[in-house]
Amino acid sequence: MNPRSLASLAVGDSGRISGFGLPAGLRQRLLEMGLTKGSLCTLVRFAPLGDPLEVEIRGYRLSLRKAEAEGVFIEAP
Amino acid sequence: MLPPRAAVTRKRDSDPEQAKDSPPKKDAPLAAEPPLAAEPPLAAELPIAAELPIAAELPIAAAIAQPDAVSLSEKEPVEPKPVLPPPLPKLTANPETPAQGSHGFKRLIAVAGNPNCGKTTLFNALTGLRQKVGNYPGVTVEKKEGTFLGSHGEPLDLLDLPGCYSLQSRSPDEAVSRDVLLGRQTDTQRPDAVLAVVDATNLERNLYLVSQLLELGLPVFLGLNMVDLVEKRGAVIDVALLSEKLGIPVLPLVAPKGTGLIALKQALSQSPLPHPKVRPPLPEALRQEAECIASLLPDNGAQLSEAVLLLGLAPEQLTTSTGLSEELLSSLATSRQRLEAAGLEPVSAAVDARYDWIHEICSTCVRTPESGDLTTSDKLDTVLTHGVWGWVAFIGAMALMFFSIFTIAKIPTDWIAAAQSAFGTWLETLLPEGDFRSLLVDGVLAGVAGVVVFLPQILILTFFLGLLEDSGYMARAAFLMDRLMSRVGLHGKSFIPMLSSFACAIPGIMATRTIEQRKDRLVTILVAPLMSCSARLPVYTLLIAVLLPDVAVWTKSLILLSMYLIGIGAAFLMAWLFKKTLLRSETPILLMEMPPYRAPSLTGILLRMRERAWLFLKRAGTVILALSVVLWALMTYPKPAKPDATRAEQLSHSIAGRLGHALEPVIAPLGFDWKIGIGLIGSLAAREVFVSTMGIVYSVDNDAPDATETSLSDAMRAEKRPDGTPVYTLLTGLSLMVFYVLAMQCLSTLAVVRRETNSWGWPAFQFVYMTALAYAAAFLVYQGGRLLGLH
Repeated sequence: MNPRSLASLAVGDSGRISGFGLPAGLRQRLLEMGLTKGSLCTLVRFAPLGDPLEVEIRGYRLSLRKAEAEGVFIEAP
Repeated sequence: MLPPRAAVTRKRDSDPEQAKDSPPKKDAPLAAEPPLAAEPPLAAELPIAAELPIAAELPIAAAIAQPDAVSLSEKEPVEPKPVLPPPLPKLTANPETPAQGSHGFKRLIAVAGNPNCGKTTLFNALTGLRQKVGNYPGVTVEKKEGTFLGSHGEPLDLLDLPGCYSLQSRSPDEAVSRDVLLGRQTDTQRPDAVLAVVDATNLERNLYLVSQLLELGLPVFLGLNMVDLVEKRGAVIDVALLSEKLGIPVLPLVAPKGTGLIALKQALSQSPLPHPKVRPPLPEALRQEAECIASLLPDNGAQLSEAVLLLGLAPEQLTTSTGLSEELLSSLATSRQRLEAAGLEPVSAAVDARYDWIHEICSTCVRTPESGDLTTSDKLDTVLTHGVWGWVAFIGAMALMFFSIFTIAKIPTDWIAAAQSAFGTWLETLLPEGDFRSLLVDGVLAGVAGVVVFLPQILILTFFLGLLEDSGYMARAAFLMDRLMSRVGLHGKSFIPMLSSFACAIPGIMATRTIEQRKDRLVTILVAPLMSCSARLPVYTLLIAVLLPDVAVWTKSLILLSMYLIGIGAAFLMAWLFKKTLLRSETPILLMEMPPYRAPSLTGILLRMRERAWLFLKRAGTVILALSVVLWALMTYPKPAKPDATRAEQLSHSIAGRLGHALEPVIAPLGFDWKIGIGLIGSLAAREVFVSTMGIVYSVDNDAPDATETSLSDAMRAEKRPDGTPVYTLLTGLSLMVFYVLAMQCLSTLAVVRRETNSWGWPAFQFVYMTALAYAAAFLVYQGGRLLGLH
């Protein structure tokens, strides 16, 4: 079964980060912004044109594009 | 106590000669800019491409080359650091020893922190007006320095580092912060201490950078900023416990109100400065490998920190970085293998360990109340990022900004014009007619006015950008626009500079500083002048009046609008093209913090306006003034032999006039004659000068202001070609307007581009490509129109 991605969350839902399907350099940038494995992430909203999206992580807000969010896998919190 | 000891010892045990034999390889490791894919060879040929590694390469190589430079730092009576080697010598263009303060030396404290943490507000609160802004050599990153008095009245130097999220740098800004802290920035001495500023409302993410700063081998102080907002949220931070866990002094601050500054100054004035007592725990295997790598790095007290950063680089970044020595690369590869064998992933091991440590600390030191209430910021966002209201607010804000630049700036601009003309008249009564008077009035005075006239627009735009940025709205604007901008391969942040360029490309180009990736910033700078600026408006109006004197206003508006649309279309097309070819890079990753909305600080914005105005006058103003005088000379000399020549005859006889004639065969396919050629040359000072140049060419009396425009357009309409057909047909006019939309006829913009890119190569390229584009488009319009039977 394919893991769910951060981009597939519904607005307001949370998930725990379980892994990444992204190249190492990009993965590290996400990690350094606090999106580490095991951390809790909430989807806050999508931009009016559907992309990018805004998430809450470690008590702050971060926006990223769907393309990247699809490489962030999550599991139920 | 400190792990570097191991590294140091090991290094000394090993062959010291080895280190000397291979100087350049030690320095470059982190200079490799990680996230960008391999530089396309094309870009390497252009000037800026060279800028990145230089700053990082020089110091260490030079240090090894000139061993006596070390004595410089030994003069510095820093408190004894038994464990650590002396800080990297300053090997710089300015080898001045630190000024003698009451403590015997002047301390340099670097202020480091994430973007949006209130770092600059704190810097302003400490230094007030005692600050200066410059540039780091070779890169277009701003260097902000200031001084303040410590608690014993001794002067302390403060260096405001560019905001960064990590020392694992990915933008020129972050690279500068890292290089300064590692003592690798050529013109900057290694700081004596670091003041790490964190946003107390967002402690976990902010402490990540701090966990890296703790490893630098420098004293670190934590400025816990915005503690008032923490209280407001009902949260509590146990400052004493936080200080104990982090092993460094923690100073609660409210920078805009000045709260906590006295304690902060006391802490920074103490002697000796305390070193961190704790190091963030790294997994044992990683620690061992880092020490192994550190033994290969120059001995500057920060080599362990650098080794951890190197081990964290992704493999693809390691291969593309050219500066790494074979020895270091193979050691890194071996270390990575050993780490993977030990079950650790090199890229994430350090990050995970740091965040685990931070999370642990925060969960014991910070108590947040359980609350399901929406914050004010959230409530604002439900409107400002709403599918309908978000756009209404966005367009409203942009319209207001744009409208203000047009209307408010017009008032001081008119004053400047009035002052220029009054001063000119006064000079004319004072001095006899002649070359000197003409030089003063038409050369120098016109040049000075031509510089000052940009100030109102720059100030107003800086003010609005300051409001947008400080309030947090800028991130929302980028959030809204990102989808559209990413279609042409740009970041949402490129939108504001492009929009600002409708008023004037100069403040627009200055606004590109918010764009992190060098290539994206360059693309934005290259296309911004394609937006029709306010100086093109008089040209469009004149030409429309000449061509279509009798049509309805809406037809005229439609033509005017289409000129703006052509500019926008060309800008997006060229941006897309540059991103595909010359400045090829992936669409920049969007990983943008959405800071909570905050009240902007007026003082901060005013300081920034002062800074911008000053930078513009100093760097671009001088170039613009010089170019204006040159242009004046081109339009004045040589003079015709007969003494009673009219101004039109004079102009035609001058170099500019001759150039106009010489240009005729080139511009004839566009439908232009030599008189238009002169107008094009005159426009180089500023596009609207076309109107007054044409006034001279057609000998229209310029001193009758109300009559000028109509009489000029009448004169132009009456102009005939040798074969008796009118010069200004609809087709010629359209071709000329299209040329004006696309051509780079603004020396002032070129001067600013040169300043912002630190090279003449980019403005030269911009001039060539825009002129070629304009020529091609005007050619298509004119010749295409003729083929279709228009005239």
